[in-house]
Amino acid sequence: MNEQQKQAYFEKFNRQLHILGKVMLAVSLTALVAFSFIAGAIYHVMPEWKGFLLGIVNVGIIYYPVAIVEFLVYSPMLGVGGSYLAFLTGNLTNLKIPCAMNARALSGVEAGTPENEIISTLSIAASAIVTMLILAIGVLMIVPLQPVLSSPVLEPAFDHVVAALFGAFGVKYYIKCPRIAVVPFVVMTLLCIFVPAVLNYTSISIIPAGLLAIAVGWFLNKKGLLGEIR
Amino acid sequence: MDYLSQVNALPLYLIVAAILLFILILCTVFLVRSYRAGIAIGMDPKILKKTITTSAVFTILPSIGILVGVVTLSGTLGIPLSWLRLSVVGALQYELSVAEIAAEAIGLSGLKVSEMSVGAYTTVSLVMTVGILGGGICTLFFLKKYLKKVYRKPKTLSQPESGKQGLGSIAMVAMFIGLCTAYISSYIGEFVNHGTYMPLFTAVAAGLIMAVFVFLGRKPKFRWLENFDVALSMLLAMGAAVALNQLV
Repeated sequence: MNEQQKQAYFEKFNRQLHILGKVMLAVSLTALVAFSFIAGAIYHVMPEWKGFLLGIVNVGIIYYPVAIVEFLVYSPMLGVGGSYLAFLTGNLTNLKIPCAMNARALSGVEAGTPENEIISTLSIAASAIVTMLILAIGVLMIVPLQPVLSSPVLEPAFDHVVAALFGAFGVKYYIKCPRIAVVPFVVMTLLCIFVPAVLNYTSISIIPAGLLAIAVGWFLNKKGLLGEIR
Repeated sequence: MDYLSQVNALPLYLIVAAILLFILILCTVFLVRSYRAGIAIGMDPKILKKTITTSAVFTILPSIGILVGVVTLSGTLGIPLSWLRLSVVGALQYELSVAEIAAEAIGLSGLKVSEMSVGAYTTVSLVMTVGILGGGICTLFFLKKYLKKVYRKPKTLSQPESGKQGLGSIAMVAMFIGLCTAYISSYIGEFVNHGTYMPLFTAVAAGLIMAVFVFLGRKPKFRWLENFDVALSMLLAMGAAVALNQLV
């Protein structure tokens, strides 16, 4: 196959992959959304729309910009097949991207080439399949432990799972870039201590805290004082 | 039937298994088609097979970390939803923070088993799903056009000046710092104003354990710990919360 034939073959392959990917994403995303309604239908309840709208506005402000940035940055690295699979199967930054980068480095292909697209699609597909299989086996092993997990003794653990997440995740990110963290941490802590009413609106206070952190990051970067983000 | 029994009922396992089986089959279709296309354009089959096996091996440890995440989520959202969310689309840190925001939006004091009901569960799970669809929606509607544009002009993302970072990566890190700060400062506020110590204790315990993991993870022989750091820090801190609750 000469270079021209290879290019023509690959373009046709990618067109088919786009069709397959779009159908796959549309059906899978619909099924994921449907889960909440099916679960509700089983118990004759439906999602509370006012709560949903309030929740999705708060969540969307944080996560939709992140999702757009991830799409813009990662999809050229992953190519057609890799992007459809990675954005459906998730665990993007903690697993799929490092996995695809590792595969690319080992195979020595360059970004933007048909060979890179094949390697990243194979890598992400293999990774997604392994994750799903390990989780399925793991869940079969966890199910017998369900009575233990539901025991009242463990209730404080699960009631404070979010605090555990933000403690762990917070330190991980503070260490990544402590210079961004100092000002928002001090300002938000003083606010929570001296204006206790703020404590009733934690999910809303994410917005000023996030904007303040971005402003501090932008300012430090502009002045060349940000340092390395690890 | 209590809340946890309802969200761990057999029909929910079957629905999740069906959705995951469908996605597993699609992943296999992509894998087989890409393998055949690689052969057709003249790639070495040995490299293709090596890519599949190294990626599979690369995934094992992080997947066990994700499985630990399923355990931490399952205590409040049940095993089926946790299994679904962490198998596809989601990630532990996203799921929990969004579930917390959604729980507060429907008037609960947070994601607490004692306050959850199946009605709240459907709303929380819907917010979790719709909130993470951004990447999927962009891919569904814009991938073809975007890649065409990017590959035509290879340098689309502006390179930052030397000594400075790209604004996108700063904004992402800053956004997460803001998110964590909002919650951690609220735990400090709760403690100072109302004497509620357990959330602050759990967060501090998790943070200290994470600091140890980060320190160890910088040494080459402990780098594998990075796959477990968030999930294990959380589990150990949750264990500390149970221990403190028993003592007090």
